[in-house]
Amino acid sequence: MTELKAVSPAAGLLPLSIGGVTLREDEMRPLTLIAPYKGQEAALAKALSAAHGLSWPAAGATSANGAARLVWFGRNAAILVGVQAAAKLAKHAALTDQSDAWSCVVLEGAGARDVLARLTPVDLRDGAFPLGATARTEVFHMACSITRLEAESWQIMGFRSMAKTLVHDLKTAMEGVAARAL
Amino acid sequence: MRIACPLCGERDSREFSYKGHALALERPGEDASLAVWDDYLHNRENVAGVTQELWFHDFGCGSWLVAERNTVTHEFGAVKLAQDVKEARA
Amino acid sequence: MRLEGEGLINRGRKVSFRFDGHSYEGFEGDTLASALLANGVKLVARSFKYHRPRGILTAGSEEPNALVTVGTGGSQDPNVRATVQEIYDGLEAVSQNRWPSLDFDVMAVNDLGAPFLGAGFYYKTFMWPKVFWEKLYEPVIRRAAGLGAISGDPVTDKYERGFAHCDVLVIGSGPTGLMAALTAAEAGADVILAEEDSTLGGRLLSESGEIDGVPARDWAAAMAERLAEMGNVRIMTRTSVTGAYDGGTYGALERVAHHRPLAKGLAKECFWKIAAKRTVLAVGALERPIAFQNNDRPGVMMASAVRAYVNRWNVAPGQKIVLFGNNDSIHDVAADLLAAGVHIAALVDSRADATCQLDVPFYAGAQIVGTEGRKALEAVSISRASGVEKVAADCLGMSGGWNPTLHLTCHMNGRPEWNEAIAAFVPKVGMVPGLIAAGACNGAFSTAACLGEGVGAAQAACDALGLQAKAPKRAPEMPSAEDRPYSIAPLWAVAGKGRAWLDFQNDVTVKDVKQAAAENFRSVEHMKRYTTQGMATDQGKNSNVQALAVLADATGRGIPETGTTTYRPPFTPVAVAAMAAGAADKGFAPERFTTSHRLTVAANAPLIEAGLWYRPSYFPKAGETTWRQSCDREVGYVREAVGICDVSTLGKIDIKGRDAGAFLDLLYTNMFSTLKVGRVRYGLMLREDGHVMDDGTTARLADDHFVMTTTTAAAGEVMKHMEFVSQGLRPDLDVRFASVTEQWAQFAVAGPQARDLLNGLLDSPIDGESWPFMACGDVKILGVDGRLFRISFSGEHAYEVAVPARYGESLFQLLRARAEAMGGGAYGMEALNVLRIEKGFITHAEIHGRVTAFDIGMQGMMSKKKDFIGKGAAARPGLVEDDREMLVGLKPVGAVKQLLAGAHLYNDAAEPTRPNNQGYLTSVGYSPTLGSYLGLGFLKGGRARHGGIVQMVDHVRGVSTRCEVCHPVFLDPEGERSRD
Repeated sequence: MTELKAVSPAAGLLPLSIGGVTLREDEMRPLTLIAPYKGQEAALAKALSAAHGLSWPAAGATSANGAARLVWFGRNAAILVGVQAAAKLAKHAALTDQSDAWSCVVLEGAGARDVLARLTPVDLRDGAFPLGATARTEVFHMACSITRLEAESWQIMGFRSMAKTLVHDLKTAMEGVAARAL
Repeated sequence: MRIACPLCGERDSREFSYKGHALALERPGEDASLAVWDDYLHNRENVAGVTQELWFHDFGCGSWLVAERNTVTHEFGAVKLAQDVKEARA
Repeated sequence: MRLEGEGLINRGRKVSFRFDGHSYEGFEGDTLASALLANGVKLVARSFKYHRPRGILTAGSEEPNALVTVGTGGSQDPNVRATVQEIYDGLEAVSQNRWPSLDFDVMAVNDLGAPFLGAGFYYKTFMWPKVFWEKLYEPVIRRAAGLGAISGDPVTDKYERGFAHCDVLVIGSGPTGLMAALTAAEAGADVILAEEDSTLGGRLLSESGEIDGVPARDWAAAMAERLAEMGNVRIMTRTSVTGAYDGGTYGALERVAHHRPLAKGLAKECFWKIAAKRTVLAVGALERPIAFQNNDRPGVMMASAVRAYVNRWNVAPGQKIVLFGNNDSIHDVAADLLAAGVHIAALVDSRADATCQLDVPFYAGAQIVGTEGRKALEAVSISRASGVEKVAADCLGMSGGWNPTLHLTCHMNGRPEWNEAIAAFVPKVGMVPGLIAAGACNGAFSTAACLGEGVGAAQAACDALGLQAKAPKRAPEMPSAEDRPYSIAPLWAVAGKGRAWLDFQNDVTVKDVKQAAAENFRSVEHMKRYTTQGMATDQGKNSNVQALAVLADATGRGIPETGTTTYRPPFTPVAVAAMAAGAADKGFAPERFTTSHRLTVAANAPLIEAGLWYRPSYFPKAGETTWRQSCDREVGYVREAVGICDVSTLGKIDIKGRDAGAFLDLLYTNMFSTLKVGRVRYGLMLREDGHVMDDGTTARLADDHFVMTTTTAAAGEVMKHMEFVSQGLRPDLDVRFASVTEQWAQFAVAGPQARDLLNGLLDSPIDGESWPFMACGDVKILGVDGRLFRISFSGEHAYEVAVPARYGESLFQLLRARAEAMGGGAYGMEALNVLRIEKGFITHAEIHGRVTAFDIGMQGMMSKKKDFIGKGAAARPGLVEDDREMLVGLKPVGAVKQLLAGAHLYNDAAEPTRPNNQGYLTSVGYSPTLGSYLGLGFLKGGRARHGGIVQMVDHVRGVSTRCEVCHPVFLDPEGERSRD
């Protein structure tokens, strides 16, 4: 029987390992943009907690519960990563499936922050960007989301159509950082 | 130049784009006269000093902002969410 | 000549390099300048205008003379300062602005023509005739005058950019900077210490003296070690802070790989944007020359440079050194030279009351009035009351005093003030918000004063950041150091005939400045432009203050009234390649690819750019030799069978919420709140000024759920506009929207067999009744949840089918294969364009920003029942007049059959001149369906002129075509095909 075959955004481009830094594509997981309706913030927070054990993240923050992670994603919005959004959330918020919209890559290693510092104007120092912090910002010329997963592990989300450019820009920066250490 | 986004904190100006005077928030009613529309669309004070401007945080949170800025020194004063400003006036 | 001594060179590591083709040896730690001097090379350059032989003047980044070119081709760097360039094995440097060689330069004849080449030469000479400028003056001058040249090849080196953040940025690492960095770091601040040199220490590396009882250089090394061990201090060496900008932002150029061969992946330079909450400027002071006759000979240098070469690099720049100055620092230099065993031929102090404790020939109240030696200094003439004495000398160190390096403090339009006591400009407090100048750049010259100001500035910075609260303020114990007062008697230019240089880089003399004043260029800014003083790579670091002092004298004003020119970024030159780092070629902008991209490329389809997207122009088949053949075939697919086109690039926005309908009513000219669920409507969007912004279809998937499409080009603009309307105009509306452009891969399936094709893939087949024209809804395609819209941009029976992007490639492959089996196939942008022109459908070629709904014949779509963006302004009388240029169709009717987009329209038989212009063509295509070129365009009063004849004239390409004006819909005006 004929079937549609799924292709990941960065298929054939990753993983990469340069110097002490690696770049890999995250597995394709459910992504749901959640934007609370007017005056529904409290009700939504309650429903989120009941359905997923997650709290609504403050600007620049994330909340996590097992495989589920809720990442602040800009004004009045967060993106639920890793689990399908419970249907009853739709009463309180606009839910938009974004599972195929973003290319999710993970940059890891001792020089990962130095690599990012060549691409993003955001302050990535520990004080300004602790574990679990997230930002919507620019990665070279692209609007992206950056989340600090571990001390030396950063998730970067860019538009799916720009996956090749995202990998190119990260690779160029990785090479630059690695070459300095030689 | 750095702009203190009320949601994202202080960010490099490269993340923002500029629209013009915050007067644009005061859209005339449907039955406004052409003179009123002309003012709304085209006529602006060219202030040497503090002014209220609209900035859009394109590469950040997607908020429209009303920023107080001194056109002489480029110094920013209060930066507010346009939505809050608009709602406060309603 | 290399001396014994304990300089900062590694004598155990020899380095070989080439200059102008000759091999030399130096040591690790040498600059090109110190290594050349060690090898006895004194002539290193030719001057800008007169091609005068020039040597090394300084030992720092302010060097005006010793500019060389390093590298070749795409790796060529002109105007590299030999005083900054560190040597490494294999370094190749060549001199500049000479032909055929540095030693014998033909253009040195300019020196004889000096009287003609003075101030204002360009302005006086190149007035007329105009043609002489391009043909004669410009090429000749370009050849005769100049600095280094770029190769003209594309840059092959990698350049990087970076962003850094800190609480306190300390610029400069002399005694002031080191103490500032330590103080701030110990208070708990995150510190960046930026130093343009390869090693921390600033002037301490070049001077003798002690701090805390140890040699100052050792103290600096210990401090550097201590700072490096602190987790909150980031040391950036070889990094010049080049500009101070708004909000505590600084530009800094890091020379990553100028001191070693380039390795793979390594950037040559990195341009940093540093965001600092507070900044301590501790960049010291620059010694200034004295103008006297022929003070530019190779061998004449700054006294501080002589000292640096002897102390830091153990190089004697001469065997018979004369020192000349108006302040105490020449005495310190003399002491160091004696200690190093270098012969001092004379110590000339212009101050009559000066005394000297050293065992050297001492001339108080004396001045140097001239020099001899063409390619190297041979003698100097010393004048004092008793007469003029000639002294043999091969090196002259001069010191006219010190200028605080305050350039960065002026980058935000601040003006420094004159300090009479030190005869120099000093910064005022607050010239750059958040920046505190300290130490020598603030006019405090003794080592002890520098140490103290460094601590004080750092404390002030920490106080402002509230840091003392976090960690108790622990002022580092103040080290002991010399604290002598600074004594100077101003001397700008020695009186006398002959040329006395002020600006070595631009060949500007005292006489030039006086001439400018005489010709009434009395403002310092006018003098600068008239004489070119202070321009080019050194930006007058060595000459500005002396030049304005001479100007002040010539105009009978004081120095404070005369003022300085404006110091602007960059402080030191920054290559454009560094500022554009990473943005060349593909780095200029992101590339957006559709999910069908790989298959498109595999099918050899040429790509065209649509915004950031890449889309196929056409899919060539074997045997086709022109794009027209492919395009005609693909149009045929859609008109006769079925065609497939990736339309994922159109903006798609999911809009939800109970006020979604009301929100759309405000955005679009026409009504959307009345649209039935499961239906699609075409909408027109205006800007608030009444002109068309965008158009597209919007589908209603549920009561509170719409999905809007925008054109590919305007997707970003529309999204931003919607955010503005939602946040800034109507925050009361309960509506939420999100871009789903990236989420859905969407394909047009167009043509008489479109439904048959789809029914082979849909889990539940559709028919005309359940899916009429403009229907929409959720569907399952081979088990995958998708969306289906019965809409048409070709006028045929057509659909757009959307699936989550991960399935896009697979679905495109399948759709194309099925279409091919039915006598159709994939079509590209060329065919898409022809199909929509045949139907008179507009794109941004038509809605180009200057047209109204009235102009494109859609005035009927402007609802009278509700408000919408642009309604008020669209009603302005000028926007609805009968003679406005209106959308029309155009068909060739004469002998010439060609139409060209961009061509203009004129009345038949009218002269095709600008005043007679009647309109223009926006879109043109050849319709294989109708066997004719078809055009869309705008024509004055066009709607009333259908059936009339106009002439199309393309003045650029030389084509004139008689055209019939017609309705813009050429094919199937009733729209029967799409409803089929």
